[in-house]
Amino acid sequence: MTMEADQRRQANQRVVKRLGIAAMLMFGFGFALVPLYDVFCDITGLNGKTGRIELEQALSSTVDKDRLVTVEFLGTVHSDLPWEFKPMVRRVKVHPGEVTEVNYYARNLTDGQVAGQAIPSVAPGQAAKYFNKTECFCFTRQTLAAGEGKEMPLRFVVDPGLPEEVRTVSLSYTFFQAKDEVTTETISMEKGSLDSIL
Amino acid sequence: MSTATTHDEHHHGAPSGLMRWVKTTNHKDIGTLYLWFAFIMLLVGGAMAMVIRAELFQPGMQVVDPQFFNTMTTMHGLIMVFGAIMPAMVGFANWQIPMMIGAPDMALPRMNNWSFWILPFAGTMLVSTLFMEGGGPAFGWTFYAPLSTTFAPASTDFFIFAVHMLGFSSIMGAINIIATVLNMRAPGMTLMKMPLFVWTWFITAFLLIAVMPVLAGVVTMMLTDRNFGTSFFDAAGGGDPVLFQHVFWFFGHPEVYIMILPSFGIVSEIIPTFARKKLFGYSSMVYATASIAFLSFIVYAHHMFTTGMPVAGELYFMYATIMIAVPTAVKVFNWTATMWRGSMTFETPMLWAVGFVFLFTIGGFTGLMMGVAPTDMQYHDTYFIVAHFHYVLAAGALFAILGGVYYWIPKWTGNMYNERLGKIHFWWSAISINVLFFPQHFIGLAGMPRRIPDYSLQFADWNMISSLGGFAFGLAQIFFLFIVIKTIKGGEKASGQVWEGAEGLEWTVASPAPYHTFATAPEVK
Repeated sequence: MTMEADQRRQANQRVVKRLGIAAMLMFGFGFALVPLYDVFCDITGLNGKTGRIELEQALSSTVDKDRLVTVEFLGTVHSDLPWEFKPMVRRVKVHPGEVTEVNYYARNLTDGQVAGQAIPSVAPGQAAKYFNKTECFCFTRQTLAAGEGKEMPLRFVVDPGLPEEVRTVSLSYTFFQAKDEVTTETISMEKGSLDSIL
Repeated sequence: MSTATTHDEHHHGAPSGLMRWVKTTNHKDIGTLYLWFAFIMLLVGGAMAMVIRAELFQPGMQVVDPQFFNTMTTMHGLIMVFGAIMPAMVGFANWQIPMMIGAPDMALPRMNNWSFWILPFAGTMLVSTLFMEGGGPAFGWTFYAPLSTTFAPASTDFFIFAVHMLGFSSIMGAINIIATVLNMRAPGMTLMKMPLFVWTWFITAFLLIAVMPVLAGVVTMMLTDRNFGTSFFDAAGGGDPVLFQHVFWFFGHPEVYIMILPSFGIVSEIIPTFARKKLFGYSSMVYATASIAFLSFIVYAHHMFTTGMPVAGELYFMYATIMIAVPTAVKVFNWTATMWRGSMTFETPMLWAVGFVFLFTIGGFTGLMMGVAPTDMQYHDTYFIVAHFHYVLAAGALFAILGGVYYWIPKWTGNMYNERLGKIHFWWSAISINVLFFPQHFIGLAGMPRRIPDYSLQFADWNMISSLGGFAFGLAQIFFLFIVIKTIKGGEKASGQVWEGAEGLEWTVASPAPYHTFATAPEVK
């Protein structure tokens, strides 16, 4: 009887241990969903997350001279960031495969140095996968001294694979105040990878 | 405490006094505690529903201000889900599982005590947010970010900790149930001989262990977003509010099966008893339960059809969702087939069980309508969804719970409830719940949004009817409280068997069930 009770106790402890570990793993899985979600959106281009490619790769793609796509530029500033921020051109017409460069302008309206981070989004969502950038001010955080204004370049190429029905692509940036004490590395630890978003 | 008294406690009746309940490790005591806690929470959450229906009785603002209205819808949902339905199911599990499988107690009695006693604290913490500056949580029971992070009242942190504690309690309860089912069965009680209630709870326990930690994770992310400068759900730091919905519904969809699978189990016990036939298709019931549990993990984004998902995603989640209709239909078919040509009688538990099958199926049908992505665009966030989930949770899970209480209360108290009063309670509830929720289908299809305290004039008539049904349904549950107290105090003595057609180990012990049952394991043939 006691031996049986002892065995039962051991069996119970085994179950508790295994299920306890399972519960902790599932707690971790909840957090693992964060980078998984970013990777998934990056691969599929969901959520307007744009791609980043090397310049050589962009230059090597064939230009589709028969087709013109309108690319519109938008810029907004988050209310926390005392900056002026706007695109230098409102829209351009480009051939798919053609590397194009445009500029945005940002100016710090305060008396102190402020760092900002631009977050891009592309509409319609299905175009995001085909919108690639070789250079962008959003790849890193931008720091502006007091009152400093600067033109910031953006070089992009629209992939010729862009679905036929998409005639206009809107690229929007929102500039947020970069969190001071947070370095890019800690952001990527928290967020999976910041690069995958940009 | 001397050894002698400890010895006494283990072999004779229950000790008396308040400390009996605080220190108890007896599965029957803890089951009772869970059930009373759930009942109190049902009345608290029900009172909030009355406030909601009073405000919606007429168009315009008359009873409460909009912020408080939103707090009521939020707290009503949270309290009913986490405070009433889930603890009631754990209460049934505590009372019935050891008796059904011939075990002397739960596998881990001390942990059992702890998992209950966390609940009153979590519940109090949740309800206390109502009295805090800025009011309680008002962002809906699904607490979508950034409404629940950037724009939420300060009391949200208390809500977060309450959810953490509720999660701890549920996980410990689930571990206990799995350990009990795996290790404590009487000799001869093979897995495929277990009563279906035990099976459904066994599977539910795995769901709890899989998803409650994810809920804990998502509220932790909220907590750090709110207080520690992270930005999981804040685009400013590279986060994404839609991510919240993905993590939340990864928990949230299995959660709805956590609430309904044990109900299936209760109904599967009641129907064979009063049809005086064995449950039709026992093994298919087990497999159907397991497949519903599995499917619940891979369909969650059907709650998010309107977030701008690509068509391929919508198609996948739509088909996967509709697939759940198959195992669910197997269950409804089996219950109906069990009743087919049975020698049926309609005592109160059977009325609730049949009412469950009928009304839950209506809720299932509206679920199918919303599982279809293109039509969901129309129904999303309207009163149609409110009608749907109240048909499956109030007319579904709650009906099963009430039926279960009538079915087992003679075993718990040793007294028969008053059959006439029980029948009045059933018909009163069954009619009023339909007056309450059926019209919400109409106003939902007509476009009335949920969670809004005011509405256009064309919805006025049905809202008034719905509110009248709501008040009647609320009152019926006060009547139920009266019936329960009356049964505890006295009544016709119940035999051990209680029901003529009942089968199972719990009916082989005396009524009321002795404080300790199956100290020596019964023989199971």
